[in-house]
Amino acid sequence: MEKKVYFKGIALPYLLLLPQIVVTGLFFFWPAAQAVRQSFLREDAFGLSSQFVGFENFVDVLSDPTWLDSAFRTLIFSASVAVLALGVALFLAVQADKHIRGADTYKTLLIWPYAVAPAIAAVLWLFMFHPNIGIFGRMLNALGVPWDYKLNGNQAMLLIIFAAAWKQVSYNFIFFLAGLQSIPKSVLEAAAIDGARPMRRFWTVVFPLLSPTAFFLLVVNLVYAFFDTFGIIHSLTQGGPGKATETLIYRVYTDGVMNLNFGSSAAQSVILMILVIVLTMVQFRYVERKVHY
Amino acid sequence: MATLTLRDVKKSFGPTAVLHGVNLDVRDGEMIVIVGASGCGKSTLLRIVAGLETATSGGVIIDGQDVTPLEPADRDVAMVFQNYALYPHMSVFQNMAYGLKIRGMAREEIIRRVDEAAKLLGIGQLLERKPRQLSGGQRQRVAMGRAIVRNPKLFLFDEPLSNLDAKLRVQMRAEIRQLQRRLNVTSLFVTHDQVEAMTLGDRLVVMHAGHAAQIATPMEIWARPADTYVAGFIGSPSMNFLSATLMEGGAAARLDTNGLVLPFADGPRAGAAGRKLTLGIRPEHLQIGTGGLDIHVELVEPLGGESVLHGRLPDGTALTARLPGATYADGPMGVILPLESLHVFDGETGKRLDPRD
Repeated sequence: MEKKVYFKGIALPYLLLLPQIVVTGLFFFWPAAQAVRQSFLREDAFGLSSQFVGFENFVDVLSDPTWLDSAFRTLIFSASVAVLALGVALFLAVQADKHIRGADTYKTLLIWPYAVAPAIAAVLWLFMFHPNIGIFGRMLNALGVPWDYKLNGNQAMLLIIFAAAWKQVSYNFIFFLAGLQSIPKSVLEAAAIDGARPMRRFWTVVFPLLSPTAFFLLVVNLVYAFFDTFGIIHSLTQGGPGKATETLIYRVYTDGVMNLNFGSSAAQSVILMILVIVLTMVQFRYVERKVHY
Repeated sequence: MATLTLRDVKKSFGPTAVLHGVNLDVRDGEMIVIVGASGCGKSTLLRIVAGLETATSGGVIIDGQDVTPLEPADRDVAMVFQNYALYPHMSVFQNMAYGLKIRGMAREEIIRRVDEAAKLLGIGQLLERKPRQLSGGQRQRVAMGRAIVRNPKLFLFDEPLSNLDAKLRVQMRAEIRQLQRRLNVTSLFVTHDQVEAMTLGDRLVVMHAGHAAQIATPMEIWARPADTYVAGFIGSPSMNFLSATLMEGGAAARLDTNGLVLPFADGPRAGAAGRKLTLGIRPEHLQIGTGGLDIHVELVEPLGGESVLHGRLPDGTALTARLPGATYADGPMGVILPLESLHVFDGETGKRLDPRD
């Protein structure tokens, strides 16, 4: 199936690659290189000079108990988002895969949230759960539940988990649905004739056949929760109350942009960059080996 | 092992009627082949027996028990699918053991049964492999093994050979037949291949547009097809059809094409003179000779010991002859129609016309 095209000369192929190379170079490699450079430097208090300090920034970051708190919080947040988004998406996909009336409408509606910008998604959730103006926020308070995510750290965490997961469900849903549809009908029928009830069929046949998809999505979801949830957190809680919803990526922003501690912020980004590289490598290696069919 | 009875099984998908009421009685240990062109409803019928489709009306009775409302799991049937439908993530052993495990069978018994079936099918050395590491024929065997270990009341085969290459298909066909005889298990086998149907079935159900056009033994269907559809479908090359009219007294027919009068060898047919008839004659029954039909041979297909000649009558009607030897050439030729090999059908309904008593 692979089609190879050979160009004569050097100019044309590079010309065709140029836009991509420029975009990647300008918006990824250059800032990444800057971050790496910055992570070895320390600025003076007035930002007039900087000096090379080796790995000191990294040592400071990794031995800072508040950073470790942040890391732990991120772990909880990411795991919750991934589990919630995957679970809900899988459930919805299984339902959508059945022969139901209006299946297409249902699928379209489920895919919509993916097209919503993070900030707008956050505002949506804000309007639902703000203690004073949010519909559900007011309802909870009226019911006697002391709901105020601006004061209660756990509630704030819960809110950004839900908002972030909600945003990711669509993406997972598409992949799960595609995965479900690629399972031959006859295999499920064979299982039915073999005597397996629907639940058993799901756990012994459908789920194992979906596991490569699920694993791929798990990594994607973790990466999403780690790095792509800045917008949601920023619009909803700004990392607060206190530091209750300050994830690692949000901390990079706080330390770098708010506190102007470039060295530390850069070191943190480099650590996160290494993390995402590792995750991606794990995914590629594992997925290549473990795909059924 | 069991009997199977279908009682006026009908099926519609929305406004489209697919089955128009099929009745069938299958004896214990019998191999029934359901054969028909694509879209005739044969697979639907099989799936209704399996419980994968619900009949719009009618009943499915296995071993005296009405299973119509039951789920596939409760019918105790096993099915071999066209694409084998093996569980891709399980080893061959797990594939075969799956149904037994669900039934809560003891592990030793599962191992014993799977080993036995694997030995029977010659796949004992493949038990640890995954389906994707198997060839088409091996997958086919595993699918059969999965059915055998269950020791079900009924075996259902849904065109299981159509994904195999020609040579393997012939071999597997023989194996399935031997296996079915040996296990003496009641089976339904769906195919569109009339050779498969003829060689495999104790009896055939020839399906046509949602009806069972004829239910009989292969030889009976070949010798006495119930209508022109069955006559044309079973036999290769297909039967030749010539339009004719009944003559006064019903003892002979006159061919429309050249006025040739053909007396019936087996007795007169009912009906007034001038009744429209269709006469059928199988290509292998035509003989070379004069005083019959003059055809113009357009194509000769030598098959070694014999040849298939494709020709046309002067009025353009196609006529096929299968003749011994290989020394034929294109051009004019005379053929005669042995009277004892003629099939007589009604010209309008296409139904077989037997001699009147």
